[in-house]
This record gives sequence, structure tokens and C-alpha cells, in this order.
Amino acid sequence: MKQKRKHLSYAKWGYIFIIPFFVTFFIFSFIPLVDTIRYSFYEYYRSGIKEIGPNFIGLENYKALFESDLLKYAGNTLLLWLIGFIPQIVIALLLANWFTDMRLKLRGQQFFKVVIYLPNLIMASAFAMLFFALFSNSGPINSILMSLGITSEPIDFMGTAFGTRSLVGLMNFLMWFGNTTIMLMAAIMGISPEIFEAAELDGCGSVKRFFSITLPLIRPILAYTLITSIIGGLQMFDVPQILTNGQGSPDRTSMTLIMFLNNHLKSRNYGMAGALSVFLFIVSGILCFFVYRMTNGSDTTASKPEKHHKQKGGAKA
Amino acid sequence: MNKTHVKRAGTAEKILAYAVLAVLSFLCLFFFYILIVNSTRSHADLQKGFSWLPGNYFFENLKNVANDGSFPMFKGILNSLIVSSSSAALCTYFSALTAYGLYAYNFRLKKFAFTFIMAILVMPTQVTAMGFLRLITNMGLYDTLWPLIIPSIASPSIFYFMYSYLKSSLPLSLVEAARIDGSGEFMTFNRIVLPIMKPAIAVQAIFSFVGSWNNYFVPALIIQSKDKMTVPILIATLRGADYMNFDQGKIYMMITVAIVPIIIVYLLLSKYIIAGITLGGVKE
Amino acid sequence: MSNKTSRAISRRSFLKGVGAVGATGLLAACGGGDSTAASGSTGEAAGGASAEGKVINIYSWNDEFRTRLEAVYPEVVSTSDDGTVTTLKDGTEIHWVINPNQDGVYQQKLDEALLNQAGASADDKVDIFLSETDYVFKYTDAAADVAMPLTDLGIDPDTDLADQYPFTKTTASDANGVQRGSTWQCCPGLLVYRRDIALDTFGTDDPVAIGEKVKDWDTFKASAEELKAKGYYALASYADTFRLYGNSISQPWGVEGSGTITVDPQIMQWVSDSKEWLDAGYLNKTVKGQFNDDWNKAMGSASKVFAFLLPAWGIDFTLAPNWDGPAGSWAVTNPPQEYNWGGSYIHACQGTDNPEHVRDIILALTATKDNLIKISKDYMDFTNTMSGMQEAATDDSFASEFLGGQNAYEYFSPVAENIVIAPLSSYDQGCVELIQNAFSDYYQGNVDFDRAKENFETAIKERYPDITTVVWPD
Repeated sequence: MKQKRKHLSYAKWGYIFIIPFFVTFFIFSFIPLVDTIRYSFYEYYRSGIKEIGPNFIGLENYKALFESDLLKYAGNTLLLWLIGFIPQIVIALLLANWFTDMRLKLRGQQFFKVVIYLPNLIMASAFAMLFFALFSNSGPINSILMSLGITSEPIDFMGTAFGTRSLVGLMNFLMWFGNTTIMLMAAIMGISPEIFEAAELDGCGSVKRFFSITLPLIRPILAYTLITSIIGGLQMFDVPQILTNGQGSPDRTSMTLIMFLNNHLKSRNYGMAGALSVFLFIVSGILCFFVYRMTNGSDTTASKPEKHHKQKGGAKA
Repeated sequence: MNKTHVKRAGTAEKILAYAVLAVLSFLCLFFFYILIVNSTRSHADLQKGFSWLPGNYFFENLKNVANDGSFPMFKGILNSLIVSSSSAALCTYFSALTAYGLYAYNFRLKKFAFTFIMAILVMPTQVTAMGFLRLITNMGLYDTLWPLIIPSIASPSIFYFMYSYLKSSLPLSLVEAARIDGSGEFMTFNRIVLPIMKPAIAVQAIFSFVGSWNNYFVPALIIQSKDKMTVPILIATLRGADYMNFDQGKIYMMITVAIVPIIIVYLLLSKYIIAGITLGGVKE
Repeated sequence: MSNKTSRAISRRSFLKGVGAVGATGLLAACGGGDSTAASGSTGEAAGGASAEGKVINIYSWNDEFRTRLEAVYPEVVSTSDDGTVTTLKDGTEIHWVINPNQDGVYQQKLDEALLNQAGASADDKVDIFLSETDYVFKYTDAAADVAMPLTDLGIDPDTDLADQYPFTKTTASDANGVQRGSTWQCCPGLLVYRRDIALDTFGTDDPVAIGEKVKDWDTFKASAEELKAKGYYALASYADTFRLYGNSISQPWGVEGSGTITVDPQIMQWVSDSKEWLDAGYLNKTVKGQFNDDWNKAMGSASKVFAFLLPAWGIDFTLAPNWDGPAGSWAVTNPPQEYNWGGSYIHACQGTDNPEHVRDIILALTATKDNLIKISKDYMDFTNTMSGMQEAATDDSFASEFLGGQNAYEYFSPVAENIVIAPLSSYDQGCVELIQNAFSDYYQGNVDFDRAKENFETAIKERYPDITTVVWPD
């Protein structure tokens, strides 16, 4: 009701309050974006200690970009994301279901939540550095495996594509499954208890209940998790970069798109870096479109925080 | 009949649940255990292989880390603290302000502004990195901490969180009442709206602090000199190990020093943080 | 670009003019304050030595140079605990800017500073920077003109540096033969081996006898087979032999402006030999590359690795700190192929505001025989004094405890005299690093030979955007 009333005299305050945000965005994101797009049409790089260009070369950078292994790196990025995401969502669903299952009455929930969320806060670069040290040929993990008699020769974890990718996946899994679990828990707790009670009266087992009630009802938040995770995945950089020292070894099988971008930025190849950025911008624009459809299409995500907030209050009572 | 069946199934599931949780907790803690143990051992000790028991080299390693001028770890922590707290403060305050501006006022571009922010919500920062680098260089801010702090004023995801929170907890009648009492608009925001938003601000302050603390990509582009480096860059320089740093004990200690402050803060505030994750439902 | 070059040239010719007068006092004066101003204004020239800046910025990749400087430069008072600032007697401070060499980080940071040199305030200007043989060429380039010719500083290479090994002087010169840097070390490489493993396998640990066992690649291969039979590895990593081949290339990796990288047949020889040795089990498969944890552990007492191919600094800087057994367990002998590895060159940076100090430091560290002998004695560094090293080769006081009383200089000295420096280019470091990375996958069986070649091409073009083609030997 009140929202509908016109605040004509106050409208300027609306502009004033949102101006810092938009000015900052304009300077630090928009100008760089335009600049990036502009230089993607130029030959512009540094050779040794000399600067070459900028010379306008039209679409040459884009041509070179698509002639490079761009699609391979896109594939790597997708694969590395999937290796982490699939176990992440499966485990998170399982845990969220258990934590919220009244009949199981799991003890120590707070403790487990604290522990599983912990890796999410760890600096990805430090985490990757740690894994590199732990899983090196003469590192602690091999030394433990050998002393347990599991293997006689050290396992060369980072020497194979499978090993490196698994390690990246494992790290991403560990960093994100706790977060996802807690998000999904909140969603499940938002489902009206009556629905579960009715299901129990019908003799619905826990497996069936999970698939026919819980899963469909938390679909919006699952979709939300999926999209945010894809966008996070597209930006994957710290973990594979530091684990493989920027080489994406072996055979560039763990080279992600952002690592590729970083290589061009490092050799100060502004033209190529620009073209690659534009490509990434378009890809994330497409993803963005889906998020937009989700947030505005069905209002579920927009009202979600509100719902959770109430829930939290309810749970405490 | 049916009930006991359910109950038995429940017990089995319970055991399974505990087993899975135990394995996962082990996974989450195990690596940190090795890290801590190894940071207490000397390079020579580590050369001999792994041991489950800590050594007595903790302070020696810590001293080596503190005294190494080419990896100024403690200066790095100080820089990280400055950057993270300033950007946490800036981004929560201005996100709340922007959210309030879009929530409490009606104006012509309101819908457009909101849609615009939602559209840039998912734009990866890396996309603008190249132009950002050039802009910063032209502005004379290259190799300073400012470019790591100021842009956080425009944080779409935190704005979104604040907006949702306002929608659920700020009745506009309150703003109306303040106006009748003669409070100016800006005053109303600072004196009335901000206190109401405290829980949301606290949670987002923590998350943006952690996000900024762990950020690697942008600082790695901007920061050049040793005394301005933040912790993640220092850690990354370690990976490019040269014959200048082969002391494994020191490397483990540096990683420990980089992550332990966050772990301590987390353990102290864990209850709050975990409740906060779902408060907004915005994943960063 | 052209503008920048012409300005630099005018400054250089000005400095040369001063050098012709021969008065070093004048030279010191022209470095006063902002150097770009100095080239124009004669008013400042009256400042004398006091016009020297207060801060000397030195760019390097580790503390090796610092320790040498502290050891022999008489002006040093003390260095701060964290190793970032060294104070000199006249109150001038040396600020050490250290960045790791690997992955090109050091050069990126240095390049950034050099590009900003003209606009930097006096205390932020780079005064001295170091370079390695792998990329010395990039900085001595006459067109780039970032390293000052030594004559501009008042150093005459022909007289002041007469006792240096000639190849080090060639290495530090630009294409016109103008010397733009100087080094205190000369890095002949040897084979360093474990005495206990030698005794166990060959029944002797005598350097002469072992030298016979490794005198060329074929003989070494036969000995490797013997070592393998006893459960030992001949060498640790495929990367260990790289310098021996890489230093014998007959043409430079690349010529600027040509857009082409040429891979020398010697490099392909390294690839096929390394693959053969690795597959035969002469090398430790789990050690990939050098200067990593696995390589360090291969130098420990629990390791099964017989030998390493290292120059003098490698023994002091790398092997000794990683060795956890009793002293005297190692010995040196001749390598299967003569080589040199590394060498840190000291350059005076164009635009320095401390030319007097810089000249002093270069002379003290690279041209004063007593200082060099002291470095050799204290750090087992093979230093750049021909007469001094010849004396050391027969002087028992140079015997090393770490090598069980052996005098390594006896072996180093002849190698040093035979070193012919391979043709250099500014692409060397990237090529050396990336070719090893690319073929590392091939050795481990992750990719086939052709794929490794492709990966090298991709990586080198990413590193050097001006490279468009890579030429492989037939």
C-alpha cells in the first residue's frame, strides 16, 4: 500500500544513494571493459623490454584465438568443474537430507557443520600449495601410503591427467560441499513439516520421500546452486594455477580458460588477452541470462532469503 | 510391524550417516593436521619422510618466516588486513546504501538500475582485468593498495543480499515515521536503517573480508613491490620455488601463517557464520 | 619508441664525452639527482660525490649476491635482519629487491621497473640489476640500452678486467662488443658423486678412476648400467643433463625481429638421450625437473642417486644444505661433456643516481683478486680470476671438507679454460624452461613426441607474442 504512494520529493535521494555504486562500477568495471574490447582489435604486446603496437588489425586476434586450443581449455574447465561439482551436490544432498531428518536425530550437528564448512574459508592458493606439497612424489601422502604398504613405488599424482584433475576436483569438492550442504539444509527445512508427516502416514520410505518430495520441492535452490557453481567454475584459476605452476601440466590437460587468459596477461599481450576476455564475457553473458530468468522469472530465489530468515527464527523458538 | 521396520531402517541409516560424516570430517581436517605437524619440523626432518608426531621446530620455522625479507609474510598479513577490512567496511556500507536507495525510494530509473545490477551480478572480474590493469596504471595507482579496496564499493552480490534483507525486515512505515519526526534522509539511513540491518551487515562483512583475504587474481596483477604484497601473492611466489627457498619446513610454516588467522576467527564466530550462509542464500 | 632511443643515445654520448676526459670525479657529478636532468643541466655537475643518491636499489633473484657483497665489500656496515636493507659506511642504503627467477617472475618485475626508470624518483631508480647467462642478452642489447656500458662508468674492461675469463666478458657484451656487465663468478660444471655408492658399485671412490667411468656419454651409459644393477640411479632427473647439451648449441634460439625460434640438433639429442636413459632406468622417474622438493630429497642420504651435474655454486648452494649425512661423503670429477651453468652478471642500470657506488661495487666484486679469492674460499664459488683460480687448483688450503678433503678447483679450473659460450639470444630463458616442460610430458609417457613439439610451440608463442614459427631440426 505505502509503496504505491508517490515520493516525488524524495526521488532525488534515491539517485543520490545509488550514485556511489554506479560511479564506482562505471570507473572500475565499465571503462576497463570497453578498453578491453577495444584492444582486442589491436596488435599490442610487449617484446622483451619494448612495446609493440597498438596497431589496428581487425579480427586477427579472434582468428588466432579460435585457431589456438581455446576449445580444449573450455573443455578442461568444464571437466574440472564437473569432477568437483558432481560429488559436491550428491554429498551435499545426502548430508542435508540426513541433518534435517527428524527421525535420525543426528547428534553433533553443529560440530559437523563447523568442520565441513571450514575448507570454504581457506585461501585457495594456500590450499593448492598445501596439496602440491602433500601429494608430491616424496611428500607425506606417498610416504604414508608406502608405510602402510598400499604401494611400493610412490604414486605420481601430478604426473597424469587423471591424477591432477582428480586433485583439482577433490580440492573444489572439499571447499564447496559444506557450503552447499548448509544451503540445501535451509531449503529442506523450509518445506512444510505437514508434507513430510502426510508422507509418513502413507508409509513412504526415506528414499522414496527424498526423491518424490524433497528433491522436487528444493528444485529452485538446486538450480541456483548449479548456476552460481557454473559461474564459479568458469572463473576457476587459483587451484589449478598453483598446483601446476601455471602450466596446466601434463599436456595442458588442466589448463583452464582463466589460466590461458593469465598467460596472455603475463606476457603483456593486450590484444590476445582482450579477445579472450570478450569471449569469456559473452559466455558469462549467456550464463547471466539464465540467472536473470531464474531470479525474475519465478521469484523463488528473490524471496528465498526472506524465507530462510523466518525459518531461522522459527528453528530457534 | 511397519513402525519397527522403519525404525530398523533408521538405525542402519544413522550408522551410515555417522560413517559418511566421519570420513568427510577426516578429509576436511586431515590435511590441516599434516600441515600443522609439518610446520613444526625442520627441513632435515622432513627430508627423512613423514611423521605423525609434531617436531619441536615450530618457533625456529616461525623465526625463519618472520626474518625472511624476500617473503615478508607478516607485512603481507598486515597488508591483507588493511585491504580486507577496508573493503569489507566499504562494500557493506555502500551496498546497504544502494539497497536502501533502490528499496525505499521511487524514481524513474529504479527498475532499470535494479535490472542492471542483477545483470552484472555474474560478470567475472577477470573479464575486465586487462582494461583494469591499464586504467590503474594510467591513474597512477599501479602498485598501490587502493585498486584492491575502492572497487568494492560496487559489489552486486552483496547489494542483492542487502536488498533482500531490507525487503524482509524494514517496514517503510518506519522511514515514514522518521520523516515526520524531521529526520533527514541521510540521517534516517545512518541512525535507523543501518542498526536494523546489523545482522546482514555483520554476515556480509565477514564474507567479504574472507573473500578479499583470499583474493589472488587481481592483487597479483596490480601489486609489484614486496612491501605491498598480500598473503595470497606471497603464497603463490612460494610455488614458483627457486633455489632460494628449499626449506620445506619454512614453506609449511608460511602456509600455516597464511590460513591460521582465518581459522581462528572462524572458530570463534562459527555459529554466526554458519547461520549467515543461509541468511542471504547468495553464494560468493 | 624512436623518441626514447634517441634520448637514450644522446645521454650516452654525453656520458661518453665525460669518460673521455677521464676524470672520475666528473663522472660522479653527472649522476647527481635525477639523471635525465643531469644530461641537460650543467649546474648540477658541481655537486661532486655528495650528489650521489642515498639509496642504491639492487634487483636480484636470491641472496647470493648479497652474501658475496657483505663478505668482501669493505664499505658494508650491516644488513637488517630480514635481509632487505644493507647500510654502507657513508650512510647510503642498499635496498635489495628480490624476486624468484622461475617462471620469468624476476624479469617481469625488473622490466616493469626499467620501463618506469625515467619517471621514477631518485631513490626508486634501479641502480644495479643482475642477470643470468640465460637472459643476459636481453639486457645487454644495445638498442634496449638499459645496462650501462662499463666504459661509461669509468671501467676499462681491457685493463681493469684483464684477469677475468674471456668468455664471461663476451657473454656480458652487446652485439657490437661493448661490455655492459661483469661477473664475479664463472661456472664450470663438474660431476659430483656419492663416494659410498661409488665404492659399492665400482669398488673405488677415487676421482681419477671415477672420472674414467664417466668420461663421455657412452662410457657413462655403461657405468649407469652397472649402477642400475646395484639398485642405484646414475643421475636424478632428465633435467640434470640439459645444460651439457644446451650449452653446445651452435646457433642462437632466436634472432629478434625474425619471429622464429630455431631448435638446435643438440637439444633434440638431449631429448632422445634423456628418453633412453629414463626408459632404461638410469634416472629416477619420480624426480621431475630441478629445484623442487623431490630433487632436493634426491640429494639426501636416503636417496639412491649416484651423481649430480653441478657447477661450484650448485655444490655450495644446493647440494650441501640438502645433504643430511656425514661430511666428506661427496667428491667431484670431470663431467662427460664440458659445460658451464649459470653465472650472475652485475649491470649498472642506465639512469642510476649512484654511478660512483655502482662502479665501486662492480670493481670490488668482479675485479679485485683478493676479494674473489676470499669468495672462493668462503663459499666454494669458482670466481672470475684466471690467475687466482690457477693458484687455487694447486693450493691445498682450498680443499673442501664437504668433499672429503678434495680440492675441487683442480677439476674446475681446466673446464673453465675450455668453456666456449653458446650463442645467446633474448629468448633463451623461455626456451630453456619451456622445452623442458614440454618434453617432460613426453618422458613420462603422457604425450607422444609430436604432441610435445606442438606443446612447446604453443607455449613459446604465448610467452613471446612476436614468435610466429618454430623450426625443428630434420
